[in-house]
Amino acid sequence: MKPSPALQNTMTWPQRFLIGAVLSWFGLLIFGPAVALARRAFAPGMGAFFEALTDPDAIQALLLTLKITVVVTISNTIFGIGMAVVLVRQRFWGRRIVDGLLDLPFAVSPVIAGLMLIILYGPKSEIGSRLESIGFPIVYHLPGMILAGMFVTLPLVVRSVAPILEEIGSDQEDVASTLGADWWTTFRRITLPTIRWGVAYGAALVVARSLGEFGALLVVSGNIIGRTQTATLYVHDQIESFDPHGAYVMSIVLATVSFCILVGLETVQNRVRQREYAAETNEDDQGAVRQMRRH
Amino acid sequence: MSSTVAERRTSLSGKLLRWSCLLYLGIVLVFPLGGVVVKAVSAGPSKIWAEVTNPFAWHAIMLSLGTAVVMVLISVFTGTATAWVLARYEFPGKGLVNALVDLPFAVPTIVTGLMLVALFGPTSTLGVVLSGFGTPVIYEQSGIVLALLFVCFPFVVRSVQPVLENLDPAEEEAAATMGASRWMIFRRVTLPALFPSIVSGAGLSFSRALGEFGSVVMVAGNRPMSTKTAPLYVYGEVEGFNMEGALAVSLVLLTCSLLSMIAASKWAERQG
Repeated sequence: MKPSPALQNTMTWPQRFLIGAVLSWFGLLIFGPAVALARRAFAPGMGAFFEALTDPDAIQALLLTLKITVVVTISNTIFGIGMAVVLVRQRFWGRRIVDGLLDLPFAVSPVIAGLMLIILYGPKSEIGSRLESIGFPIVYHLPGMILAGMFVTLPLVVRSVAPILEEIGSDQEDVASTLGADWWTTFRRITLPTIRWGVAYGAALVVARSLGEFGALLVVSGNIIGRTQTATLYVHDQIESFDPHGAYVMSIVLATVSFCILVGLETVQNRVRQREYAAETNEDDQGAVRQMRRH
Repeated sequence: MSSTVAERRTSLSGKLLRWSCLLYLGIVLVFPLGGVVVKAVSAGPSKIWAEVTNPFAWHAIMLSLGTAVVMVLISVFTGTATAWVLARYEFPGKGLVNALVDLPFAVPTIVTGLMLVALFGPTSTLGVVLSGFGTPVIYEQSGIVLALLFVCFPFVVRSVQPVLENLDPAEEEAAATMGASRWMIFRRVTLPALFPSIVSGAGLSFSRALGEFGSVVMVAGNRPMSTKTAPLYVYGEVEGFNMEGALAVSLVLLTCSLLSMIAASKWAERQG
């Protein structure tokens, strides 16, 4: 909505002061630190930047982050679609409990998420020690890191798909099954095309979140010297070992990728809103997406 | 014939889907949660209580609660002002500011910490000036508040802004016609309409701030009894293999952030 012209034309000095104050605060808190980081990363020149980026440890860390992100995104997207369908289309005992539990990762500190996984799957636990004895250790190894990524991003896809499923209702699906389509055909031909933007949105949030996850990964990867590092752990360890330039460069890469995902989502969402949804439904949809983005 | 929800309950594939989803939820979330509860019960409430009231743990919990409260108090004002300016005024650079409001949600928390150290840290010009005035920020408690302010910046803005944009201008105009001053209009007409969204943004910020780890690790300096927040304490105890200590503080943190999240959403629901 355009600001009301009455308010706009009569901009007084107190209003200008308010705008100035907000912009200064924003500049000091958000913009300034971002610029300061970029300056540190690029200060030694582009040559040094690419040298730090192509450091074997840095590449290794990026590859590990990529690996974790791919696995987490694929499995949580499949789970998210399934869980959303189950929550919206089925009625069963405990449905509300499941619905509430799903939001839990939003309230749990990443460190505590890591602690939970260590207590259940760590080498000292019953399950962890059994799995380790058959050659499948979880905590302090890759499976633990993937599990940590799954934990912190668990609600994202469900919460962006479920509102759309609720919105469209089950009429079309019912028609398809009445006409003799089996559940898989119905899902593939009717449900999936309608929820595809919600799925894409949720999956992109999962990507951004798991690229940047730190606390839970730090806890489940243990404090082992020469451990396999993800990109965020690499940043942490470089700072600890007093080689900040490597950390600055990696940080810039991570921040840029995550921010591009966010801007991309915004653009896609605006386009979808313009094209696909009627004027009335898009408000709800946007609200749901905003709700998601908070996390 | 229409297939109803009740009818679909009997379908085998639906049940299969439900149980596989619940199994996944169990492995990733519910069983670890259960493990924590079992561990806490087996340790016994007196052991847990002793761990919580240990002076180091207690200080960490209080520090987390205190810094979160200070952050929320500041954020409520700056967030509402930012939402107001973005919704009501046109000014150069508005598009950029509007896009960058979400930056703290996008940027990994450890990168946030590094950014703040780069601008306010002891090796930057600003940091040197701040230390010169005797108010260094980084590696101090004020640094923790700064990190939380950054991380939680979008919550209040993004919960107030849509409400402000969809507000019917008629009420404000009516008040203006009857001769109310701008301040009076804001206080008596606009603010009451915004209040639920401000509270819900504040609740989300508080809950998030209690658990914040990555950025605080970078800016806090991790000194026990001084700048060690509860999540840092939990991490330290895990590293030191004191699982009971980590567990006890985690339970307190978890309870506080769940309660504040639920309270804020319930309150906003009742008002809205």
